[in-house]
Amino acid sequence: MTADSKGRYSSGSQSSLLSRAYKHHLFWPLALWIALLLFNLFYSPSFFKVVVREGHLYGSLIDILNFGAPLMLVAIGMTTVIATRGIDLSVGSVVAIAGALACQMISKGSDQNALSLVLYAIVMALVLSVALGLWNGLLVSITGIQPIIATLILMVAGRGIAQLITDGQIITVSSTPYQYIGAGSLAGLPFSIFLVAIVFAISALLTRRTALGLYIESVGCNPEASRLAGIRAKTVMIIVYMFCGLCAGVAGLILSGNVASADGNNAGLWIELDAILAVVIGGTSLTGGRFYLTGTIVGALMIQTLTTTIYSVGVRPEVTLVVKAVVVLAVCLIQSESFRKAIISRWKTRRYPAEREVTRHA
Amino acid sequence: MLKRQHLPVAATIALFVLMFMMGSFRYTGFFSMQVLLNLLIDNAFLLIVAIGMTFVIVSGGIDLSVGSMVALTTMMSAGLLQQGGWPAWAVIPFVLAVGSLFGAAMGALIHYFKIQPFIVTLAGMFLARGLCYVISINTITINNGFYTDMAQTKIRFGDNFVSPSVIIALVVLALAIYIAHYTRFGRTTYAIGGSEQSALLMGLPVARTKIMVYMFSGFCSALGGVVFTFYMLSGYGLHAVGLELDAIAATVIGGTLLTGGVGYVFGTFAGVMIYGVIQTLIVFQGTLSSWWTRIIIGVLLFAFIVLQRLFTMRSDRKTGSVEKMA
Repeated sequence: MTADSKGRYSSGSQSSLLSRAYKHHLFWPLALWIALLLFNLFYSPSFFKVVVREGHLYGSLIDILNFGAPLMLVAIGMTTVIATRGIDLSVGSVVAIAGALACQMISKGSDQNALSLVLYAIVMALVLSVALGLWNGLLVSITGIQPIIATLILMVAGRGIAQLITDGQIITVSSTPYQYIGAGSLAGLPFSIFLVAIVFAISALLTRRTALGLYIESVGCNPEASRLAGIRAKTVMIIVYMFCGLCAGVAGLILSGNVASADGNNAGLWIELDAILAVVIGGTSLTGGRFYLTGTIVGALMIQTLTTTIYSVGVRPEVTLVVKAVVVLAVCLIQSESFRKAIISRWKTRRYPAEREVTRHA
Repeated sequence: MLKRQHLPVAATIALFVLMFMMGSFRYTGFFSMQVLLNLLIDNAFLLIVAIGMTFVIVSGGIDLSVGSMVALTTMMSAGLLQQGGWPAWAVIPFVLAVGSLFGAAMGALIHYFKIQPFIVTLAGMFLARGLCYVISINTITINNGFYTDMAQTKIRFGDNFVSPSVIIALVVLALAIYIAHYTRFGRTTYAIGGSEQSALLMGLPVARTKIMVYMFSGFCSALGGVVFTFYMLSGYGLHAVGLELDAIAATVIGGTLLTGGVGYVFGTFAGVMIYGVIQTLIVFQGTLSSWWTRIIIGVLLFAFIVLQRLFTMRSDRKTGSVEKMA
């Protein structure tokens, strides 16, 4: 814990150590994930078995990738938003809306398998998702409402909008191209993984190979200072919320494509919380200013592995929530400076009452 | 004279009156004392939960765990009554104590380790919801005498009636108004919401007050859970999903500023009533579906947040810059 805290500390003060600190950030999520995988290795060796059946790969690991795809996508978008010291609570609703719109449009079509119809539906759903992201972005950047509150509006209203689109029904579609997004496989692997890989590659390239990442981090550190330094802070904010909306939209398509139906009430329920958790586990601080896309991916995989592990261990799946709560708290405590200080000071306690008094008031 | 800081609350009350009048003109049978009282009967638990939420938001925090805490309370009550064979007089104090402790623990984490309230209460939300399922995955029906009595008793006056839950909710409301405006704890809560740093420098007991605020919210959600148990007569892990959003929405519509420091408990009462009147209007309308409630609440939430934003931007620009720096 101290090693971690020192690593974190040095990254703040010395940028030359950034690459080393980066290792530190990835260290904890990876260690947690590997510990989970090791547990599975001992508990159920079949966990790592991957079988080839009819040209497709099957196994728990593939399942984790497949079911974790929507979470990874949403978490990537959430990372960029959190990097600007924002938060997007509406992603769950956007997931539901995107799925609802696409399914609604496809189910209205005469030939549900027509590629043009499916593509049109997908494009429309994604455009709507981006528009919803734009709405959040405008609220946060132009009116200056706190992000939690601004996105809360869409979180509350969004489920209603999704049900409005589907007319309160669960819409089922029988469209092979559409189902391919969520359930299809390419080169033996689930197709959704490739979508995640594409989005991840694009976002990593844009943020790490162009100045955009720096802009985002600078806006997260201090929007006013970045504006004075010539960065269009408001535009950057709007862009990240739009990107987050887009990611949530793609996740919505995958989720609804996987089950070939759209459920305005339950699609993507609580995915915003899982995504925030993935981002936090990945080492991105909620106070903004720094973000780690790779960490987020590892965090999302860890959450999905945790869920799958709990299933395979035979604990009631609902108890996942308790485990998640413990994980959230543990991660936050590790991230909390006061907690680390408390631990360290416990180590080198000096039992002079006077000194203790001083530190308490400092 | 209407003071400027009362404007949002006044707007909320005016909106409520307007909506109620609109309903009365459009639908026959809408304008009656009983419809008004039904608003209270159906939303007693929401009112209690939202009152606790008001204190948390006034102190500058947020509590996402309330809905799960309500569910956990229904589940614990049902489990202890039906499977544990506890009497009702032991169960109710017990669940209230659990709720308060739960809240206090979250408050302590938030204050001492400086973790964002959002995250801590989110973990609390997961934990409480998960614990429900540890007790049981299924619905547990309650047939305890006291609980069914509480569910069926009608306190009559004239032609109209209310349920005992309404009395509980109104007592909590009166107490909360008293606590918020006439006690040291209430004033300290407002001070912390205004500026925690200043409150600390003024020598106010910040730590104690913050923990007590979350404890009060935990207590309110447990009490709301007890009232909800009277209402539903069952314990279930999926009870009150999304209640935290309703409570936050009611609080905000009631004029409480989400940045903390400004707000009235009575405004929250008006917010809950607006929530109820929207639902009643939709029932009376007949063709509109239930999801319109969420959309209308979203629109109202937007309107009130923008209103607040304009309000704070005009009243002093300094607060805005401090808030950005913080």
